[in-house]
Amino acid sequence: MNVVSHEDKSATEPQSKEEPIITARNVDVFYADKQALNGITLDIPANKVTSLIGPSGCGKTTFLRCINRMNDLIDICKVTGEIKIGGQDIYDEKVDVVSLRAQIGMVFQKPNPFPKSIFENVAYGPRIHRLVKTKGELNDVVERSLSKAGLLEEVKDRLDEPGTGLSGGQQQRLCIARAIAVEPKVILMDEPCSALDPIATAKIEELIDELRENYTIVIVTHSMQQAARVSQQTAFFHMGNLVEAGVTEQIFTTPQDPRTESYITGRIG
Amino acid sequence: MTDFTKQSPGLKRRHAAEIRFQWYGRSAIFIALGFLFLMVGSITMNGIGAFTQTKLALEIPLTSEHISVDDLEGANYDALVKLALRNTFPDVTKRRDKRKLYGLVSPYASFQLKDQVLADPTLVGKTTKIWFTASDYVDMYIKGNIDISRDEKTRKLNNAQIGWIDAIQKQGNLEKVFNSAFFLGGDSREPELAGILSAFMGSALSLSVCFLLSFPIGIFAAIYLEEFAPKNRWSGFIEININNLAAVPSIVFGLLGLAIFLNFFGLPRSSPLVGGMVLSLMTLPTIIIASRASLRAVPPSIREAALGIGASPVQAAFHHVVPLALPGMLTGAIIGMARALGDTAPLLMIGMVAFIVDIPTGILDKATALPVQIFLWADSPERAFQEKTSAAILVLLVFLVLMNLVAIILRRKFEQRF
Amino acid sequence: MQQIDIIGSRGARPLERAIQIFMVICSVIAIVITIGIVFSLAFEAYRFFQLVSLQEFLFGLQWSPQTAIRSDQVGAEGSFGAVPLITGTLLISAIAMATATPLGLASAIYLAEYASPAVRNIVKPLLEILAGIPTVVYGFFAALTVAPIIRWTGTEVGLEVASESALAAGLVMGIMIVPLISSLSDDVINAVPQSLRDASLGLGATKSETIRKVVLPAAIPGVAGSLLLATSRAIGETMIVVMAAGMAANLTANPLQAVTTITVQIVALLTGDQEFESAKTLSAFALGLLLFIVTLVLNIIAQFIVKRFSEQYD
Repeated sequence: MNVVSHEDKSATEPQSKEEPIITARNVDVFYADKQALNGITLDIPANKVTSLIGPSGCGKTTFLRCINRMNDLIDICKVTGEIKIGGQDIYDEKVDVVSLRAQIGMVFQKPNPFPKSIFENVAYGPRIHRLVKTKGELNDVVERSLSKAGLLEEVKDRLDEPGTGLSGGQQQRLCIARAIAVEPKVILMDEPCSALDPIATAKIEELIDELRENYTIVIVTHSMQQAARVSQQTAFFHMGNLVEAGVTEQIFTTPQDPRTESYITGRIG
Repeated sequence: MTDFTKQSPGLKRRHAAEIRFQWYGRSAIFIALGFLFLMVGSITMNGIGAFTQTKLALEIPLTSEHISVDDLEGANYDALVKLALRNTFPDVTKRRDKRKLYGLVSPYASFQLKDQVLADPTLVGKTTKIWFTASDYVDMYIKGNIDISRDEKTRKLNNAQIGWIDAIQKQGNLEKVFNSAFFLGGDSREPELAGILSAFMGSALSLSVCFLLSFPIGIFAAIYLEEFAPKNRWSGFIEININNLAAVPSIVFGLLGLAIFLNFFGLPRSSPLVGGMVLSLMTLPTIIIASRASLRAVPPSIREAALGIGASPVQAAFHHVVPLALPGMLTGAIIGMARALGDTAPLLMIGMVAFIVDIPTGILDKATALPVQIFLWADSPERAFQEKTSAAILVLLVFLVLMNLVAIILRRKFEQRF
Repeated sequence: MQQIDIIGSRGARPLERAIQIFMVICSVIAIVITIGIVFSLAFEAYRFFQLVSLQEFLFGLQWSPQTAIRSDQVGAEGSFGAVPLITGTLLISAIAMATATPLGLASAIYLAEYASPAVRNIVKPLLEILAGIPTVVYGFFAALTVAPIIRWTGTEVGLEVASESALAAGLVMGIMIVPLISSLSDDVINAVPQSLRDASLGLGATKSETIRKVVLPAAIPGVAGSLLLATSRAIGETMIVVMAAGMAANLTANPLQAVTTITVQIVALLTGDQEFESAKTLSAFALGLLLFIVTLVLNIIAQFIVKRFSEQYD
């Protein structure tokens, strides 16, 4: 994977060693008159974990929310440029956001299970998208998703109990199970561990590592240690610009840009 | 990877459901607001006519054979009006027809004549043209509210009467003028003379009593509860109590007024005093709730600053917190008063539902109130009263709009962001 | 060394003391009013129940509270069975709620979830106007315009419609209640955290699916509370029914017939000439007590539910 920073516009087409699943080209985002992202160009490889890091307010979450068009929900938000997933421009007017989001799962900063039973939480997606025909199939999907999220053992006897009654870490894994249940290709995670304690965080990180086999994961994190632990690729954002991106190890050991170095060594952020 | 642009039949159905769902919301709003416009619109159309009134002029022979300058009080004005009518239409001879003819002017025409003559005795001695209030049927006919295509026997005006009216109109002796009697008169059995001033004064007096009672009590209670009361079961109980009082049906307050103010304390029935007391029971919770919200919006830093320089808690509250919260309290009070102005049911219980001709001048006089007057007129069968009812509603609505506007302006002007 | 007096003079400010006492009295007045209501209603109702048994009042099927002109006339005692009034009240309230619930909820949802700020800023105050119009105006409109329209429509399709049908009063009352339901539900819907909507939308649900399957189920307790408050309002509403519903104490569930309500009867019994000791007059207080208890219970339950709901998402 190769990345071009905003400043270096001469090389707009990164040569890729492997086929990226998500490609962003010159993505600008405006909130009313305020520009939140400046010409982001980034490739995200399939079946890997890519982490987006940077100080708060740098635009990493904004970029993440562009990938499944959650920014559409904000009236004053305007996105220009091009984001392709699997070769399709997701901002094309023919694209149906409903069908897009069904294939791009999302896990949020704070665990947000629906005030329904554990079973109903996971079954919600398959139901609305009519992915299953029979009750038996639905049971299978729920069980499989919970098992992939590493939660099945803990909750299999109490699927009828409310999801809000679980612990924070369990709730977040339930949210991951809920996202997996609609069989997305990509899972976006917005600081999924920021509200959790270290033990729960460790479990989620372990889970992310397992999930990478079947899914492409993009994770926003404010913790550099987490980025270093879970991701193979890292992109560093600063003040709405993509400063540097590449293999995680390389970003952390030999950063090219002085700003990246300052951030990693703890001088900004 | 599936095509994002592909729409499966299921997805099409889901999007259709989405559109449908939005239309439910739009239609609901449309129905509710449509009803509002229909109601206010039809009442306006109906009531606007009451602001004008039909008058007709008669040549009154105020000659010495009918009236003497020495005895203006004792003259038979009624006969004079009738004579003038007969003179205008000399070919009316049958008794029944004459009675119909006399019905063209209001039964109070003779009083109007007397008033004019007494005011200007120089009129006596010559035949003078004098304007009289036409009867309500003539008024309705002129305003186009009587369907003349209907069978003569089923309508209030027969063909002969219509002929007379048309004749008077041709002579230029009939005109529509601004209906000052409606704004300056009290209630009357005759729709053409009925006015809202007595009811309006009744409302004004009741609301004054209501304001004087509920505003001070309301804000002092709010200040205590918000600034001084310990947060314990007792203050919690008072709070629940106030919230519940705010939701008690207004007629129940009327029952309380009847049983306690009238029967137990023996206060005068039908008086604005009791009306205002009953209304204040209802506005009190509103004022307390609004005032507490307004006090809560004052940041604690202001209290701390005052206490920090050695003010006592009472001084801190009354010198620093209350002045900042006062506009909000006043807004709440005005909104409470607006609601009290429109409330009818409790006033029915305490007898403010009487037929009041005289304009009340004190809080112990017998009085009625604007909404009660509307209720009374709405019950009257005459078509002309329907018009009056609608007009009285318009007046009531204008006052409500004004009060709310004042509240909004107050809120805008003093709105502070802390 | 200079001495600083920090002991001061506690309690030496008589004016402040007086103000404090006055404030306590003012805040206790709210309780005094409640006691006054309970006392006045209960006392007169007690006297009523010495003349007419509680059982007859609550379960009697006939309501005809006339006082005898001659002591030996038919039905001299009158009968005080409140059941037709209760059913009449419930019938009209049910019609009102059946009108107001869908309209109020749908407009609340639209305003909270779909409407642009510009639309919201226009529509919300307009709906509030609907709540600010005095009920005597609704009553006039119901009697003068709505009832004849319903009657005419009924006759056109061959139905027998009373000129003071329960339907007319109920429909108009329903419209009056719409803003109450919509503003309370609007608050409740806004209290549902945005994160739940994001979760659902992120899974690819459409907006309406999110509202129907996530937001509304989460808001149900709060919505239920607002509906209870609205019901209590409908039961206690007086002027619309006095002007548009009848005096006939019919025991019927047919919305096209005339029914009477508790509030209508209270007004009828207590306006005009009254002799205070008669069962007829006292029965109004028994009805008032019934009305007070029912609305109080509804309000308390509603407030409890709404409070629990708002604590849930704090």
